[in-house]
Amino acid sequence: MIRVVLPTHLRTLARVDDEVTLEVKGQVTQRAVLDALEVRYPMLAGTIRDHVTQQRRALVRFFACEQDLSNELPDTPLPQAVASGAEPLFIVGALAGG
Amino acid sequence: MSAVRVLVGTKKGAFILTSDGKRKKWNVSGPHFGGWEIYHLKGSPVDPDRIYASQTSSWFGQIIQRSDDGGKTWHQPGTPPGEPTTTPDGMPKGESNKFVYDTSPKTGKPLTTHQWYDGTQHPWEFKRVWHLEPSLTDPGTVYAGVEDAALFRSTDGAKTWHELPGLRGHDTGPQWTPGAGGMCLHTILLDPNNPRRIYIAISAAGTFRSDDAGKTWKPINRGLRSQYIPDPDAEVGHCVHRIAMHPSRPNVLFMQKHWDVMRSDNAGDSWHEVSGNLPTDFGFPIEVHAHEPETIYVVPIKSDSEHYTAEGKLRVYRSRTGGNEWEALTKGLPQKDCYVNILRDAMAVDSLDSCGVYFGTTGGQVYASTDGGDNWEAIVQNLPAVFSVEVQTLP
Repeated sequence: MIRVVLPTHLRTLARVDDEVTLEVKGQVTQRAVLDALEVRYPMLAGTIRDHVTQQRRALVRFFACEQDLSNELPDTPLPQAVASGAEPLFIVGALAGG
Repeated sequence: MSAVRVLVGTKKGAFILTSDGKRKKWNVSGPHFGGWEIYHLKGSPVDPDRIYASQTSSWFGQIIQRSDDGGKTWHQPGTPPGEPTTTPDGMPKGESNKFVYDTSPKTGKPLTTHQWYDGTQHPWEFKRVWHLEPSLTDPGTVYAGVEDAALFRSTDGAKTWHELPGLRGHDTGPQWTPGAGGMCLHTILLDPNNPRRIYIAISAAGTFRSDDAGKTWKPINRGLRSQYIPDPDAEVGHCVHRIAMHPSRPNVLFMQKHWDVMRSDNAGDSWHEVSGNLPTDFGFPIEVHAHEPETIYVVPIKSDSEHYTAEGKLRVYRSRTGGNEWEALTKGLPQKDCYVNILRDAMAVDSLDSCGVYFGTTGGQVYASTDGGDNWEAIVQNLPAVFSVEVQTLP
């Protein structure tokens, strides 16, 4: 199972208290994880990536295994530790302002 | 026994204040959607328990919430848990938070740019919903005024949204420029006598009217003068902050412009200034008494570079003559060291026999008067900055 940690605002929206777990079939990529996340929590559609372009929203970042994966291509495989469930994928609201 | 429900949108969530018809004791519920910016909430005039809310975030975008039980519970229309968000062919399904500009040549024009602050052209980019205006006749129909300025409509209870592209496709569209707060469509007035007539206002483009239910639009800004645009009398480019009407006289409009309080007696075809003896004619909200169509309210703000009350005094000004002659209403309002702002959607009236007037401040207070403005009391204090106030008068 893939583990995903959502930012507070999106946990509120999805009505979850903790990290979420998702089953992802096939290769574990950003796109595959986000697709699975939006099927499980449809209220999150449009909040992480644009409805139409599917581009990551400007102030959203993806971290895992102490790496910034925000600018990886959507179909690039995520680290093995994420794919195995050993490490979560963090979806983070970018710090903007003080 | 009648009751009143006050819907308050703030920088960090929504709050719902309820009272019986005496309006002395208030119950506060919230925050709903804590941490999110709630630009506006408004109930359906047909079904008051149906309330629409605009929940937004610079990080995570736009959400529309709906309550069907007077604000006790909420859901996002169109996104029941467990249902896929895409169609079998992989296209995104219409969701409550999906606002996509119509660029189809069939229904509008492929308008892609408007004027930026520096005079260059800039792409049209959806940012948020500023104002929700439920239909006067159908609880499932609601209009949304958005930034960058456009008008959307839902006819399925906010599940799916479609732009009314004739507005943004108006020939003047490339001349529209953002105001300091962004290029927002913030006011939507539906004519109760003529279901085909809609008024809207945009900062900073001006006021527009449709007489064919939103298909085509006409700028109605004659008489406005704005020194901050190259031609002060231009057809568009005016920073209209808010317009208001009394439902019994929908051809009479009142406007708080960036500077100047204005009035039209011919459905916006022409305007004249009624600022009169106001201490400053800059401000944001303007509202009309529920039972006296010539009684109007504004809250003067010091200037466009000092968005707070003048002289440290929070004063509502009332005109009983439809403008020009104004009196300060101060009883119960702070008269020293007060430097708050009252935003454009943060004033409303109830329709009880003794008209209640309500407004919220950027300092987090909501003030109410149960006697048309003579006396005021804070009905809640220390909320996050108040963006909007709407009032429902319940049977």
